[in-house]
Amino acid sequence: MTYPITFIAMSLALIMATAAQADVGSRLWATGGVTSIEGTAGGGLSPWALLNGYASDEEWSGTVTLSQATTDDYSLNVMGAGVTWQNRVELTFARQTLDLDTLGAALGEDELVQDIWGLKARLFGDVLYNPWGQWSAGLQYKRNRKYTVPEAIGSEDDTGTDVYLGGSKLFFAAIAGRNLLVNGTVRATKANQGGLLGFGGDRNDSYEAMAEASVSLFLDRRWLVGTEYRQKPDNLGFAAEDDWWDLFIAWVPDRRVSVTAAWVNLGDVATLEDQTGAYLSLQASF
Amino acid sequence: MKLPVLILVLATLTLGGCQSIGGHGGDSTSPSPALYEQLGKRAGIATIVEDLLYLIVDDTRINEHFAGVDVEQFHTNLTDQLCSVSGGPCTYTGRGMRESHADMNITDTEFNALAENLILAMEANGVPVAAQNRLIERLVPMYPDIRNL
Repeated sequence: MTYPITFIAMSLALIMATAAQADVGSRLWATGGVTSIEGTAGGGLSPWALLNGYASDEEWSGTVTLSQATTDDYSLNVMGAGVTWQNRVELTFARQTLDLDTLGAALGEDELVQDIWGLKARLFGDVLYNPWGQWSAGLQYKRNRKYTVPEAIGSEDDTGTDVYLGGSKLFFAAIAGRNLLVNGTVRATKANQGGLLGFGGDRNDSYEAMAEASVSLFLDRRWLVGTEYRQKPDNLGFAAEDDWWDLFIAWVPDRRVSVTAAWVNLGDVATLEDQTGAYLSLQASF
Repeated sequence: MKLPVLILVLATLTLGGCQSIGGHGGDSTSPSPALYEQLGKRAGIATIVEDLLYLIVDDTRINEHFAGVDVEQFHTNLTDQLCSVSGGPCTYTGRGMRESHADMNITDTEFNALAENLILAMEANGVPVAAQNRLIERLVPMYPDIRNL
């Protein structure tokens, strides 16, 4: 119950720590996206081809993020940090903690914890200036810090690596003069519920290609509304796994800070049906 | 049941976007007077360019490139260029973008800095968001010439 207070306190500390920094990079506002629950630049659920922060081709930049998603029977907390070098390479870390609010007593475990190291490289293009948009490839190395529950429900491995290719393109003045940002990602993965329930399972233990997409509209340069969709594998026999989607609004008052709120639909998660809820993410850049 | 709904939403947004993109693509080839008027015609554009020049002078990322430039001539040329690009009755008489930037080694950082200053100058002059975006849309094709790519 103390988490929201901690969240707000840490958020304010982040803002104050970074507010003093003048040079946060030269890329235009919101072209670092926000930080996804896996730590890389993206929307909330899916990585985009954008690199986090605002480093342009002669600069460094970094981000720190706190996120929270609360559905009917679960709450996910994410702490993340990342650096980007010359708008070319992004290195990120995220720690996800999933509180098993409802299942906790039955499973004898209060939470699942996963660490994610992410590496993403911009291969080609620019989201704003290239007619073909911007293309990036990335990987996410994921490791369960608590594996008792995933193992018990049939997961094959406590570590896994997702590999993805993504494209992002901003269409200027696309709808009522507003800019439209489109992202598509293909991810090869064995992760169950993003990896929080381990990797591979009794039904499938092979890599599968999953499609992810988002569209978002800049109301102005500070406000962005959009939707995301993320296809998911279904490797575990004990419970069906659903695709994820969300509707989000992000506020990027300047380069140093962004706030993202979303309504997320995670579908059925580990036998508990229709997990929908609110998502809030705060990011600071330096 | 929910996935088809989402696909429908995505498809609607995407198709809507494509139609609009096509529509404005047409604007780009035959400039409409609306954008020119939203920028305040030539007088409004001249004020935007003046504010832009003040921002450039204060911007250590790019002001070196403007050292020694004939400011009055630059102001006239850029005003004419934005007037023309936005559909106004002006003729740009300056050099081509590739020629004038050929020896400057403009980086992405510098290009972004100028784009930022232009947007800030338009904001300061109350240019509507849609008009800002439409002007930027028409300037973006100059990117490879300015970066000498």
